[in-house]
Amino acid sequence: MSTSPSPLLELSRINKSFGPVQVLRDVDFTVTAGEVTALVGDNGAGKSTLVKCVSGIYSIDSGIVFYDGEPISINGPRDAADRGIEVVYQDLALCDNLDVVQNMFLGRERRTGLVLDEATMEELAAETLAGLSVRTVKSLRQPVSSLSGGQRQTVAIAKAVLWNSNVVILDEPTAALGVAQTGQVLELARRMADNGLAVVLISHNMNDVFAVADRVAALYLGRMAAQVPITEVTHAQVVELITAGRSGDLGLPAAGSGDDYGLNGARG
Amino acid sequence: MSTHIEATPAVKTVPPPAVSLGGHVRGYLARVRGGDIGSLPAVLGLLVLCVVFSIVRPTFFSPGNFANLFSQGAAVTLIAMGLVFVLLVGEIDLSAGFTSGVCASVLAILLATYGFPWYIAVAAAVLAGTVIGAVLGFLVAKVGIPSFVVTLAAFLAFQGVVLLLLKEGTNITVSDSVVVAISNRNLPPVLGWVLAAVAVAAYAAVQLNRFRRRTGRGLATDPLVVVLIRIGALAVALGAAVYVLNVERSLNTLIASLKGVPVIVPIIAGLLILWTFVLDKTPYGRHLYATGGNHEAARRAGINVDRIRISAFVLCSTMAAVGGIVAASRDHSVDPNTGGSNVLLYAVGAAVIGGTSLFGGKGRARDAVLGGAVVAVIINGMGLMGYSSGIKYVVTGCVLLLAAGVDALSRRRAAATGNR
Ligand SMILES: Nc1ncnc2c1ncn2[C@@H]1O[C@H](COP(=O)(O)OP(=O)(O)O)[C@@H](O)[C@H]1O
Ligand SMILES: [Mg+2]
Repeated sequence: MSTSPSPLLELSRINKSFGPVQVLRDVDFTVTAGEVTALVGDNGAGKSTLVKCVSGIYSIDSGIVFYDGEPISINGPRDAADRGIEVVYQDLALCDNLDVVQNMFLGRERRTGLVLDEATMEELAAETLAGLSVRTVKSLRQPVSSLSGGQRQTVAIAKAVLWNSNVVILDEPTAALGVAQTGQVLELARRMADNGLAVVLISHNMNDVFAVADRVAALYLGRMAAQVPITEVTHAQVVELITAGRSGDLGLPAAGSGDDYGLNGARG
Repeated sequence: MSTHIEATPAVKTVPPPAVSLGGHVRGYLARVRGGDIGSLPAVLGLLVLCVVFSIVRPTFFSPGNFANLFSQGAAVTLIAMGLVFVLLVGEIDLSAGFTSGVCASVLAILLATYGFPWYIAVAAAVLAGTVIGAVLGFLVAKVGIPSFVVTLAAFLAFQGVVLLLLKEGTNITVSDSVVVAISNRNLPPVLGWVLAAVAVAAYAAVQLNRFRRRTGRGLATDPLVVVLIRIGALAVALGAAVYVLNVERSLNTLIASLKGVPVIVPIIAGLLILWTFVLDKTPYGRHLYATGGNHEAARRAGINVDRIRISAFVLCSTMAAVGGIVAASRDHSVDPNTGGSNVLLYAVGAAVIGGTSLFGGKGRARDAVLGGAVVAVIINGMGLMGYSSGIKYVVTGCVLLLAAGVDALSRRRAAATGNR
């Protein structure tokens, strides 16, 4: 952090609307390798939308995405995956009818000739889970539908890590978990960053954020209120950024300066 | 930079827990209780039906009738095999029956009216199915019309197409000897044994090789006993079937000898193996399951979901064409009823009875064969008992409803036991 490495992923003035509702407004956001960047914001602030713009699920209306300093265009999930950008979605996006290995390799199956190479996939899946010190998943061949919430989250994260990824984005990974499982997932996020990955942790739990993040970025009604090192802010300041978009010198300019951003889904 | 989180070899080399035979059985029973019943109802239903019909009508259990079952059930089974693909991705094709009728008409016209050789007529009929499937799939996946509506419209339209092709309902005779042979001839008895032996040997080789490879790499497998029991069961079943089919079933051997495995059996078996391979062993098959299980997850995994859905319709209609050819062969003719009336319902019923889910994401090629057998046995047995068509329809409708009910209930059970 002190050496301030150049950002691996940098978003510049991203805009995104769904019909008349502008969900993202000139959002800037940077992600650095070896760090956990917490992305915080109220429900509906646009966190998941921002992630989906990065991963190619949604196309952006305007703005530039830089990867390693180069502007890139992301037109689909494959483009993001090719850059080593992996997302663990809030709704996990696992196929209940497939087993753990099948889910982890979905869309990128190993094959020998025409045929699936099940044995190799199973070995790699086992290695990855072992590398993450996961001991909770009993059988790699059980359908995902039979797993608990924490196990599913683990599988989803392992799936993201499997691919020599450089950027791993976790969208509210702990929202549905108990205390012990939350601890495991946060530890996992920290370990990934220590291994050199750029980790984005979306959360609105302050304890989670202050436990693992190096840097915190706060979205407020679709605008980036501030992005600062975690050491320079207090709990209370982050909460203010989330709820009011500003805190002291930090954050968006005070309202009443002429333009009333009333549109962002908060109309009326 | 790109960091694979390094594996801790110590953890990886923990050997998979050795599964005993008892453990394997317990695991299976637990899955069944958890709602993952697979083809259990179809197998049980088949056994019960066969026992009941054999008691009530002893002729049911004769070699002649056994052979009949194959030609009676073949067309429906083949159409059902195609429907499995569409059902897998969570869609439905109500037009599959009349698609088979259209393709059978194409076959008959090319053979009888234009005098083309059988291979051209068969190829054209199959191609017609492929094109129909591509159009249906396009309308569903790209235009976004629900498959129920698209194929209901096609159901009506194809019924008309058959009438138009057959000039307002004339009956076209199919007399090409090769086409007729498909549903009406039998293999020489020796060839039946050879094919059965090859099938068992190949199955054993695949299963044992897989067992050896996986244990060699330290991966969990079914216990060897279970593998051997499976191979043995297949050998016994095939052996018994070939033995019975090779018994002379002609009433008067002076007029004609009638014995051997019907030609349609290796055709169905070949397609069963092909589609099982595609579904279980190829990335394409995996993507079909993923699309049916959670199409959003499939999309995010970079799978071209639209293409997968279109391909399911293409395979379905193509298999319907194959079913139509088999039906034309069996009846020696094509008429406006080919592929009509209850063919579609029987086919959907066969797939669902066999264990394919109407909710998508669950189904196998063999479901069509098992379910097709159940449907064929019901039709055949009730025919032997002299019931009217009315009663047959009512009973088949009830069986379909029962199968769909079992499907829905096992799904709820699975959801309740966290096994969704
Ligand atoms: N596909 C969509 N179509 C229309 N509106 C959407 C869509 N996705 C999200 N939104 C809207 O965008 C806003 C931000 O949503 P989201 O990114 O999910 O917020 P967060 O993840 O921060 O809770 C919400 O007001 C939501 O209703
Ligand atoms: Mg969200």
